[in-house]
Amino acid sequence: MDFLIQLLVSGVAVGGVYALVGLGFVAIFKATGILNFATGEFMMIGAYFGYTALVGLHLPFWAALLVALAGAAAVALVVERALLRPLFGQPTITVVMVTLGLSSILKGLAQIIWTAEFRSFPRIFPRKPVFLGPAVVPSRLFYGFLIALAAVAVLAAFFRYARAGVAMRATASDQGAAYSLGVDIRRMFGLAWGIGAAAAALGGVVVGAIGGISPQLGALGLKVFPVVILGGLDSVAGAIVGGILIGVLENLAGGYLDPYVPGGSVKEVVPFLVLLLILLVRPYGLFGTREIERV
Amino acid sequence: MRIGDFKETYAADEALLRTPPVRFWMAVFGVALVVFPWVAGDYPVYLADLVGITVISALGLNLLTGFTGQISLGHAAFMGVGAYTAAALSSRWGLGLWATLPAAGGVAAAFGLVVGAPSLRIKGLYLAMATLAAQVIAEFGFVHLESITGGIRGINVPPARLGPLEFGTDRALYAVIVAVAALATWFAANLKRSAPGRAFVAVRDRDIAAEIMGVPLFGTKLRAFALGAFYAGVAGALWAYFMKVVTPEHFPLSLSIHYLAVIIVGGLGTVIGSVFGAVFMTLVPEILRGLASLARPHYPEAMVLLSPMTDVVFGGLIVGFLLFEPHGLAEIWQRTKRFFRLWPFVH
Repeated sequence: MDFLIQLLVSGVAVGGVYALVGLGFVAIFKATGILNFATGEFMMIGAYFGYTALVGLHLPFWAALLVALAGAAAVALVVERALLRPLFGQPTITVVMVTLGLSSILKGLAQIIWTAEFRSFPRIFPRKPVFLGPAVVPSRLFYGFLIALAAVAVLAAFFRYARAGVAMRATASDQGAAYSLGVDIRRMFGLAWGIGAAAAALGGVVVGAIGGISPQLGALGLKVFPVVILGGLDSVAGAIVGGILIGVLENLAGGYLDPYVPGGSVKEVVPFLVLLLILLVRPYGLFGTREIERV
Repeated sequence: MRIGDFKETYAADEALLRTPPVRFWMAVFGVALVVFPWVAGDYPVYLADLVGITVISALGLNLLTGFTGQISLGHAAFMGVGAYTAAALSSRWGLGLWATLPAAGGVAAAFGLVVGAPSLRIKGLYLAMATLAAQVIAEFGFVHLESITGGIRGINVPPARLGPLEFGTDRALYAVIVAVAALATWFAANLKRSAPGRAFVAVRDRDIAAEIMGVPLFGTKLRAFALGAFYAGVAGALWAYFMKVVTPEHFPLSLSIHYLAVIIVGGLGTVIGSVFGAVFMTLVPEILRGLASLARPHYPEAMVLLSPMTDVVFGGLIVGFLLFEPHGLAEIWQRTKRFFRLWPFVH
């Protein structure tokens, strides 16, 4: 029983990070219809910006966080302007491949700037583990989850109340109508990329604080695909629910199935089995918009 | 300017190599391919083998993604299935090429059918996701199905055999690879201009219109998946013989992305583009390595930066081609040919 609760709690905590990165993904897809395969790399460079600000510039944690978010957002704005805007309206494969190329470029640049070696963050969170009922949560996971939760709340409020947030939702639901009502569509695309990258970067800082960083950190971004497909590609709520579900599921699978599978690491594959299942049964996910095609 | 290019029979008009100059240059190319291993050093032959395998696999992906428009992030998995099939068959039962190559293609094609099955319901981005999942699950399978794949230790592959002939060295294997690559190219070129190939293109360009015109959508997509995977499987089998060992690390997601890059740089939906892309993308790391070793005396860290620079150049090539030359090297080749054909009346 305690084992189950332990798995559930740490699953939820990991899921919070997935949700955060998933939000970065959804923000971009919702506004621009672009599936950003470089989400994981934005996460990685965000973590490196945060690391540099903390260790190189000796900034306090909150300032380092700001540097990470702003840095990743700035990179995203440049990328959007230089690479993706010229490709507006191009076939899916073109846009997907540009983001894949981008992820390779970012990975290479990160290795050139920060070298390939593994680095660990200075201790940010209090050392003492947190007790939730019978479950013991490592403090890094707990505080990481709190940060993720706060960010999700801020983003949700932004989409609900802020003028720019409402304009972004308008752009997402009908570009033509939003444009004719005076929404600057191009600015919204830039904004979406900035927000998406910042959310991913925050996820990166949290992951970095939990487990350290290397240029390969972006590989974690792969986990985002099952998360957002499960939740629905264009749903903010979906990213959150999907993130937590996938986090819990992979932890449970890791905890209960690993002993039965030679070689273990069932954790790695379960999210993708879910991804396949969802695609076959309900491709638009739990909360996504169902696309209906008519001739 | 070339004139007098008229035909008197349908057969002449439908020939794959239509004009005497084309036939002449293809013959020259063929002779060059045959002479190459006799005159070239070990390293060029090694590279040529690699290019040949890449050509075969890239042709398969181009049939699937370039012609039919089904984005696949699972091409490396198809290759892996083929490689493991060939490795298992030749290491356990000592079967020769005549059995292992078709078997590798066949098993990979069957796997391709399974991966392609979701295309009944989903397309575009969602299908790309499904192939991504297939890639991850296949990698998991390569590691965990130890009784077949040998787990992380992999399988040692004995030299390729065909009857009494043994192809143990890179130089010997070159003959096999070039023969298979030529056959694969010839088949793809013919497919492109026949009904099944046109159906692929119709599905890519406008699937609903294609269906209304009588192209069975699901069947055509599945055929493309099976055929693309068959090519990949054969390429994977040759890869197994070439590497002499097959391990799960040989077929990561990044290899799938590499193949997408090959067909984009070469030219989506063109046969010759697959060849150009394969040559170009195989040689780029070599050129970078050459530059790095040139720079080393002046700049000692050049070798350390080589691998990240390769990443940057690789991504830069993908992005650059898509932005500035979306039809790839094949289009540049066409322009060059046009320039000489129209000379001196260019523009």
